[in-house]
Amino acid sequence: MGQPHDLGNIIDAHPFFDGIDAELRTLLVGCAANERFEPGEFLLREGKAADKFFLIRGGTVAVEVDVPGKKPIILETMGEGEVLGWSWMVAPFMATFDARATVAVRALSFDGKCLRKKMAADPALGYAVMSRFVPVMAHRLQQTRMQLLDLYGVDAEGGKKKKKGKGD
Amino acid sequence: MSAHAKDPMLPRPFRVEKVKRELSDTFTMELVPAEGGGFSFAAGQFNMLYVFGIGEVPISISGDPGEHERLVHTTRAVGKVSGALDALKVGDVIGVRGPYGIPWPVEAAFGRDLVFVAGGVGLAPLRPAIYQAMANRERFGKVMVLYGARTPEDILFKKEIERWRGRFDMDVAVTVDRATGKWGGNVGVVTNLVAKGGFDPQNTTAFVCGPEVMMRYAAQALEKKGVGRGSIFVSMERNMKCGVGLCGHCQWGTHFVCKDGPVFRYDSIADLFSIREL
Amino acid sequence: MPGVDASITTAVVFDRGGLDALIAALKAKGFHVVGPRVADDAVVYADLDAASDLPAGWGDEQEGGRYRLTRRKDGALFGYTSGVQGWKRHLYPPRQKLFAARRDGQGFAILPPDPPAAPLALIGVRACELAAIAKQAKVFGDRDFADPGYQGRLASAFVVAVECGEAGGTCFCAAMGTGPAVETGFDIKMVEVIDKARHVFVATAGSAAGAKVLDGLKAPAAAEADKAAAAARVAKAAKQAKTLDAKAAARLKEHPDHARWDDVARRCMTCGNCTMVCPTCFCTTVEDTTDLKGEHAERWRNWDSCFTIDFSYIHGGAIRTEVKSRYRQWITHKLSTWHDQFGSSGCVGCGRCITWCPVGIDITAEATAITEGARKAAAGGSKKAATSGGKGR
Repeated sequence: MGQPHDLGNIIDAHPFFDGIDAELRTLLVGCAANERFEPGEFLLREGKAADKFFLIRGGTVAVEVDVPGKKPIILETMGEGEVLGWSWMVAPFMATFDARATVAVRALSFDGKCLRKKMAADPALGYAVMSRFVPVMAHRLQQTRMQLLDLYGVDAEGGKKKKKGKGD
Repeated sequence: MSAHAKDPMLPRPFRVEKVKRELSDTFTMELVPAEGGGFSFAAGQFNMLYVFGIGEVPISISGDPGEHERLVHTTRAVGKVSGALDALKVGDVIGVRGPYGIPWPVEAAFGRDLVFVAGGVGLAPLRPAIYQAMANRERFGKVMVLYGARTPEDILFKKEIERWRGRFDMDVAVTVDRATGKWGGNVGVVTNLVAKGGFDPQNTTAFVCGPEVMMRYAAQALEKKGVGRGSIFVSMERNMKCGVGLCGHCQWGTHFVCKDGPVFRYDSIADLFSIREL
Repeated sequence: MPGVDASITTAVVFDRGGLDALIAALKAKGFHVVGPRVADDAVVYADLDAASDLPAGWGDEQEGGRYRLTRRKDGALFGYTSGVQGWKRHLYPPRQKLFAARRDGQGFAILPPDPPAAPLALIGVRACELAAIAKQAKVFGDRDFADPGYQGRLASAFVVAVECGEAGGTCFCAAMGTGPAVETGFDIKMVEVIDKARHVFVATAGSAAGAKVLDGLKAPAAAEADKAAAAARVAKAAKQAKTLDAKAAARLKEHPDHARWDDVARRCMTCGNCTMVCPTCFCTTVEDTTDLKGEHAERWRNWDSCFTIDFSYIHGGAIRTEVKSRYRQWITHKLSTWHDQFGSSGCVGCGRCITWCPVGIDITAEATAITEGARKAAAGGSKKAATSGGKGR
């Protein structure tokens, strides 16, 4: 567990918290914790309570789905500076995917349960938090859609494909 | 007529010196002029390659512009002519017309961070510019290669990327849409790598090459990051029959992709990207 | 090369016999003489042996999707509007051999080119057609790469222009600023003058070569009355039913999503007739052939049309799959993006695309419909801008 003072510095330095007001900052510092995950450890488990979100400070996290009889399918990897987890603010507050550290991961975790209550009690605060998370969610959705496009495959997008034969 | 010697439609014979399989459907050929002499080109230019009796196809040059002895092309076999190129053996002779087109403005990026964003086999037309940048390494700030491929098996120039990655003066990041096998690297689209940054957006020139849709999103991601439209360049692809602006096929709005491109500054074509079936 | 040396001599006048002598003189100089004659119920530009091959007494009726030869009472030799296809057929033939090659071990050898054909003498070139030739010369010789075939044929050609005496139903050269008066690009220009007393040609040289040929005819100088009659005929031809605001049309590229594209797409059959008869359309494709043994290969360049789906094919699919995209490409290129590429409109107002469209799609009507809003906006308070004929550029 880090000191609140260090946590404050980390928050101040991160673009996710750009322009944050003092009240929310104090609140976030109060519900943040420094965590470390060894390779293979899970930050989130599919179907389990999603009570946290993470600001990854180092290492790589794989967001993945377990497939019986096969290796887990990695949907995307996330690294330094990225924000992981938004199920904590969407009922029923259950993680949709597994999030696994593929190497040693350092992260700040934030207590979503505590934050949820405060957001419900104080809509202005709730709006402030939401307006930081909606872009994260939108970005995630865009990336997923782009992945669906299969941008580099031969058969993708109706054949309008770049490869380095410009014609025949 | 004496003008015959200058006929831009006549190919020059080149002999296949070496063929290297890159991916299941992609290969690299090294060619030397069959009648001697050298070959000069600028990074980003292409040639029309003619296979005897089969036809011609435009292919970007993937070799080092500092090398004048041999010509290097990396091609994906997707059609009649590229399939015939794939069937060539060492010693076979093909016809070459070129080099044609507007190159990557490598020298105009001196003094800046240089970011290469590649998708799939779009890495091939960028490679000459990467060579040129590394040959002039001291003239740039950061040199970054951000590369996205479908799966780890689709990564082009794998060994070379490993070598680049091992250099201290180059930042290389690779991501795949789908992790397979023992892949332990990034998973996600190449725009994610752009979003992570690591370059100074105000002082960055970006060269983007890949499928058109990928280039559109990569350019948007660069712009979102703060790179100006005038500092982003893309390499376009259209049907080409002549390569020199005479056949009309490659028209894209006001442009002939063969002679006004294939490399375009993003601000000059961004509007065209949003017009369907142009 | 026509038009380079504009040493205009005095106008001379000669009759049909003089015209025969002109054709004979050109043949004697080794020219392959091409001009209008009737074939397949139409006027086409084909080989001429003598003035008797010319379409004496033939006129035509042209309107959207309609072409008919008509008999004229005056026996005019150049009384038709224009040939079905322009001179592109001869200066940039529909099929051209790029090269032939022979297999040679693992390689191949390019065979020497065929000897150049005899230089062309073009008889009866209209003002709009001269403009079209100039536009194609720019396409095939602009910037870095010239087409030596086109440039060679044009440089060696002898051009006899004939000014129009009346406009056809689909003509709009006046709006495009390309005619009906012939001003440049000819070796000899003529006006056919017919009245009760005579049937003559008033001719002027536009080059040293033209002057030399005219001199050889020993024709008398034209009287002032002849010249006045000639000028009157050309003035009459400037009265045209169709018009186009060329300046507004130059902005077609700004309207890629106009609803009218869907409308015209419902009528257009993508037959490509418009591109085949257009005197400035220059697109080509290539065709590779081999003999059965695979020892001998040829590479041919053939006219192509942007109305075919394959035109925009890149591995896996065509870019312009919809009719509206292909029609939009054609007309936008012709009237709008041609300005960006070559510094002028690509349309000369000959009206062939209107006449030969099986469903009578009218380039002037489509361009007007699509740019209408912009025209009105640009006109603002000044009605003048919206109604001006628009002078080409």
